[in-house]
Amino acid sequence: MLRIPCPWCGPRDETEFSYGGQAHVAYPAEPSTVDDDAWATYLFYRDNPKGWFAERWMHRAGCQRWFNVVRHTVTYEIAASYPPGASRPEPA
Amino acid sequence: MSEWQVTPRLPEHPDVLWAEAEPRASYDVVIVGAGGHGLATAYYLAKNHGITNVAVVERGWLAGGNMARNTTIIRSNYLWDESAGIYEHALKLWEGLEADLDCEVAFSQRGVLNLAHSLGDVREGRRRVNANQLNGVDAQWLTPDEVQKVAPILNISTEVRYPVLGGTFQPRAGIAKHDWVAWGYARAAHALGVDLIQGCEVTGVLRDGDRVVGVDTVRGPIRAGRVALAAAGHSSVVTSSLGLRLPLQSFPLQALVSELLEQVLDTVVMSNAVHVYVSQAHKGELVMGAGIDGYVGYGQRGSFPVIEHQMAAAIELFPIFARAHVLRTWGGIVDVSPDASPIVGLTPYAGLYVNCGWGTGGFKATPGIGWVFADTIANDRPHPLAEPFSLARFDSGALIDEHGAAAVAH
Repeated sequence: MLRIPCPWCGPRDETEFSYGGQAHVAYPAEPSTVDDDAWATYLFYRDNPKGWFAERWMHRAGCQRWFNVVRHTVTYEIAASYPPGASRPEPA
Repeated sequence: MSEWQVTPRLPEHPDVLWAEAEPRASYDVVIVGAGGHGLATAYYLAKNHGITNVAVVERGWLAGGNMARNTTIIRSNYLWDESAGIYEHALKLWEGLEADLDCEVAFSQRGVLNLAHSLGDVREGRRRVNANQLNGVDAQWLTPDEVQKVAPILNISTEVRYPVLGGTFQPRAGIAKHDWVAWGYARAAHALGVDLIQGCEVTGVLRDGDRVVGVDTVRGPIRAGRVALAAAGHSSVVTSSLGLRLPLQSFPLQALVSELLEQVLDTVVMSNAVHVYVSQAHKGELVMGAGIDGYVGYGQRGSFPVIEHQMAAAIELFPIFARAHVLRTWGGIVDVSPDASPIVGLTPYAGLYVNCGWGTGGFKATPGIGWVFADTIANDRPHPLAEPFSLARFDSGALIDEHGAAAVAH
C-alpha cells in the first residue's frame, strides 16, 4: 500500500487516489498546426522509465484536487509531492 | 467428463534439457528475452526458416519473468478480426504443440467462461460470440443455468450485487503448464542449434546509422544481423538507449494461488465486471488473477488493495472459496499499449524488430507470436497476421481497440 502525500490533505492510502499517468505533458499550444506525428506523440507516447518518474494523482476520496508526485518506479519511494503548475523538483 | 479427475503423471526429470552457451562474437539473429515469446521465436526461426545461428539473451534466468508469473489461460475469443487472426493461429498451434515439441505441456482444453453481470456485459458478450463465430472461433452464449452446468460451484443467485446474467464459453480454450511450455521450446530450439544465454542483460543497442548491428550486454558486445526484442515489460528500457520511444506503460500484474485442494473447478472462469479470473491447476491450486496495479511500476510485487478486491470478487462468485487459504502472491511487469493490443513488426531502424505490448495476455499467444515474429524477422516484412499490429498504427490511427473485449483480464 502506497502512502501518498496529498499537498493539501497530507499522507493517505493509495486507495483514496486516482492515477493520471505522466505529469507535465502539455496540450499542444496551437492544435490546428500540429501534424500527425506530433498528435500521435501527444496522445499515445509517454515516458516509461525504470527509475524516477513525475506523475499525476487526484485525491478522489478527499479534496478531489489534482497534483504531481515524483516516485521511483522500482522502489516506489516518493520523493516529492507538489501542486500542478509548479516545476518538477529533483529527487535528492 | 474430462481429464481433471485423473491426476496426470508427472514426467521424469531429464538430466539436461539444454546446454548453457557462452556468447559468441556475432549471430545472424539475437533475440532479447528468453521468455515464452523469445524461445518460441528462436524455435520457429530454426525450424520454419532454417536460421539456426541464433542467440536468445536473457537478463535473468530462462522463463523467469512473466512466463513464470502468468495464470496460463489460453483462449482466442477476441472481438476484432485482427486479434482473432493471431490468437486463433496460436490456439491451433497449441493443439498440436505437444506432438511438435515432443514434450508434454499439460495443455488442457477445459474451456473458458467469460461471465456477464450487466445488460452491457450481456450485449457485449453476445456480440463477441457472433464475431467469434464469423471468424471461425468456437464460441457459445450460455444462460445462467447453462453457466452453472459448466461450473457447478459458481453462485448464480440473483440475490448478489452483481448476479451472473449469462456468459460466453469457448470450449477449445484452456490452460497449459507454463514452465513446461518454456522448457519444451528451449529444448527444441537448442537441439536445432540455438544458443540460450542466461545472465546476459542487454545494456544498449549497437547501431550503424539507421541500421541496428548488435547489442551491448553485461558480458560484452554481440554483433547481430538482426535484433529482435521480446522483453515484455522491459521493452522501453531496452529501446531507451536507442532513443526509440515505444507507446508502452509498464505495470505490475499480480496473481496468487491457494494451497492444494480437491478438484472442484474443471474450467476457467473469468469475470471482468467483478474482476477476477480463476482456474484450478492440475495439482489442485486455485490460480487467480485480476487487474493490473493502478500505477506505472517495475517492482515485481503487487499492491495489496488489488489482492483484496480480487478475493472479494472470487468469494462472491465461488462461496466455497471462503475457506481456502492464499499460499503465494507475486507480480510480473506487463507492458500495456494504448489500445490494449500488441505491437509487432518492423521499427524505424533497419534490422530491429519489436514484439511487445502484449499487456496482460501474452502467454496464450506464445506459439502464434513465435511463428509470426520468426517469419517477420526472416523475411524483413510483417507476417500478414502481424501487419495490423505495427508500431505505425499509432500514427495512422488504425487502432485495434481490445479494451472492451479483453478489458484488462486476459
